[in-house]
Amino acid sequence: MTTIESSPDAGVSARSAVDVDTATSSGTSSRLDALVAVFASTDHKVIGRHWFAFGLAGLLTVVVVNILIGVERLDGSDVALDVEILPQLIDAQRVGLVFVVLAPLAMAMAVAFVPLQIGARAIAFPRLAFTGFWMWLGGAVLTVIALVNNGGTLGGDSDMVDLFIAGIGLASLGLIASAGSVATSILTSRAPGMTMRRLSASTWSALVFSVGVVVVLPVLFGTLIYLFLDHRNARTGFGGNEGIYTWAGWLFTQPTTFLFAIPAVGLLTEIFPITFGRRTPARGIMYAGLALVGAAVFGAVTQQNIQNLPWSGSQLSTDDLGEKARDLVPYFLFNGLPVFGALLVLLVALQIARPAAGMKVNVTPATLFAFFGFGMVFVGMLGNLIHAIDDVALQGTVFEEATLVYVAYGAALGAMGAIVHWAPKLWGRTLNSLAAMGLAVLGVAATVLAAFPLYISGLLDQGAGVFYDNSDLQIWNILSLVGHGLMAVTVLAFVGLLAATLLGRGGDVEVGDDPWNGHTIEWATTSPAPRDNFVDVPVIRSAEPMLDLREGTATTEGSDS
Amino acid sequence: MHALPAPPPPAPQRQLLVGVSLAVVAAVMATGSMLAVWALQRREAIDFEGTWLPDGVTIPEVPTNVMLIAFIGICVFGQWAHWSAEHGDRGHTVLALGSTFLVALLVINAQFFVYTQMELGIADGTYAAMFYGITGFFVALMIVGMLLTVVTAFQFIGGRGNRELLAAHAIYWYAMAAIYSAIWFLVYVTK
Repeated sequence: MTTIESSPDAGVSARSAVDVDTATSSGTSSRLDALVAVFASTDHKVIGRHWFAFGLAGLLTVVVVNILIGVERLDGSDVALDVEILPQLIDAQRVGLVFVVLAPLAMAMAVAFVPLQIGARAIAFPRLAFTGFWMWLGGAVLTVIALVNNGGTLGGDSDMVDLFIAGIGLASLGLIASAGSVATSILTSRAPGMTMRRLSASTWSALVFSVGVVVVLPVLFGTLIYLFLDHRNARTGFGGNEGIYTWAGWLFTQPTTFLFAIPAVGLLTEIFPITFGRRTPARGIMYAGLALVGAAVFGAVTQQNIQNLPWSGSQLSTDDLGEKARDLVPYFLFNGLPVFGALLVLLVALQIARPAAGMKVNVTPATLFAFFGFGMVFVGMLGNLIHAIDDVALQGTVFEEATLVYVAYGAALGAMGAIVHWAPKLWGRTLNSLAAMGLAVLGVAATVLAAFPLYISGLLDQGAGVFYDNSDLQIWNILSLVGHGLMAVTVLAFVGLLAATLLGRGGDVEVGDDPWNGHTIEWATTSPAPRDNFVDVPVIRSAEPMLDLREGTATTEGSDS
Repeated sequence: MHALPAPPPPAPQRQLLVGVSLAVVAAVMATGSMLAVWALQRREAIDFEGTWLPDGVTIPEVPTNVMLIAFIGICVFGQWAHWSAEHGDRGHTVLALGSTFLVALLVINAQFFVYTQMELGIADGTYAAMFYGITGFFVALMIVGMLLTVVTAFQFIGGRGNRELLAAHAIYWYAMAAIYSAIWFLVYVTK
């Protein structure tokens, strides 16, 4: 069904614009109006920019937390920082990587670009999307306040522990609201002729992600209600503070975290067709692959931290086929299906990139970010596949932390790639290509250095937390610290590059409407995209309408505006 | 002289229907998770302590059953509102919406009657915290539904209502009936 509507604040915006014009003599008033126009806007591009800004700020904050943990791990038997803050640091790392990095950056990609890609003039329920962002931000701020004041799962201040639970609950509600808005947009607001089979990879991954959030986070929210009431009153049934992780920890571990990495996985098959100038083959397989990554929602259905696999000395060594199936099937459903899904997406991407005579390859910064981001998330998925096997004895070691770092930093690289790719539609400018490519390489090096040494030290039995006895492990922890430090440099440099571009000190200002020779219809509108995205919404007749147009096959016609 | 060709007819709006359906899915998942945790805690309590319902606490069955029956009324009135809107009967639509609101109010009243009759303090243990958690969440969902009913009624009184809004309204109350049925069975009947 097609629903084309103007954004609800179009009138307000027009009024604001007039106000700004008439108030030029009063600088304070015009600045206030501009501020209101930015922070009270229901334009999905503005809300998406907010998600990106706070997601990147959250990433930088969590990277600093990781650096502090890394400093503490330099000497495994000594305490470098105040021992009182260590539990909060561990909480901040785990909760932060999911709720302050993965979730907002994934939501940013969905909110900012999906309406443009489906040819909608506004996101569905824009006020809901707006409210969702501010609820998430409020929840995230409350969570940080709680952690700073001795809250969290191992916190000593009872009220702050309550605030910690409430903060996560509020942030969850915000994410659910925004995800509902995104999913409704894709299901109801597509341009005429844009069937589900013609959705771009990014839009499809946004659909899987947003529906997944609508299904998964209410499960967390329901559990948090119990945890809050029990902790505030009786404290008998859920194990007090430490019970929070027992009951709600499934959201902060794999495979549930893969849900938030789906947009980064989908970005690979969004960018590769543009890089190699090819149409996406086997779209059905690509859609199935992305949907299979969404099998991560099983984590919520069972609310388990891990669906492990016993091996030797267990039921699997018996001859009973039923016993074997009972262990193998859930293991593969939880840990194998996301890997299989990502593998399908990779196969489609490789098919797009297969060499052919006369093929022109146009590697952009987004190509590198998308490829590296996908790769890092995939390595995290593979790590989780091994982590769940009981007999490898990785559970309770830093190996699990490494898988989360791979997934979170990989997804962050994907989000940076999305910013670089769609910057013309958000700001009408492109970032400096060489600098952005350098940052993509630095980012992937940082991720590998931050996470891979922890894979090794996990295999060498370094327990989760900050302490260890074996001095041979020190080198791996030093390397990991260097990796986190490089990631901090990457994020700061990326933010600096973006700021410099927006201030006109670098990048390309005259970018045109379609600087990358894109395939999807967002490249048909102006750069930057106007408030209502499209002056005329074209009728879509293929999955790559802009490519058709360039190849001389007119596949867009008319206007329903 | 030829007139310009007519534009294609406007596509039907389904945003409300899809949006409310997604909200219903979220509500069902949240309630489902709470009921699952309830069942788990109940089983553990019975295994270790032999009982789940605290000593001296009795669940008043009459109001809980009345609430279940009231949901039949809510669903009928919700459907009546939709049917009336389809037949252009604005008076009956508003009357049906008003009836829906009143019966929903009755359900909330019955829930608070249950609270007063049980005389259970929220700090009286795991059962109490969980009981107020799940029934409180249910009351919150009821209030959201009543707000939806009021908004729908005002839209119709103001002449801006449409059938899609009524369909979304009915779907919400059907889902609430299903949610309460599950709560009724697990919390009030199985105990």
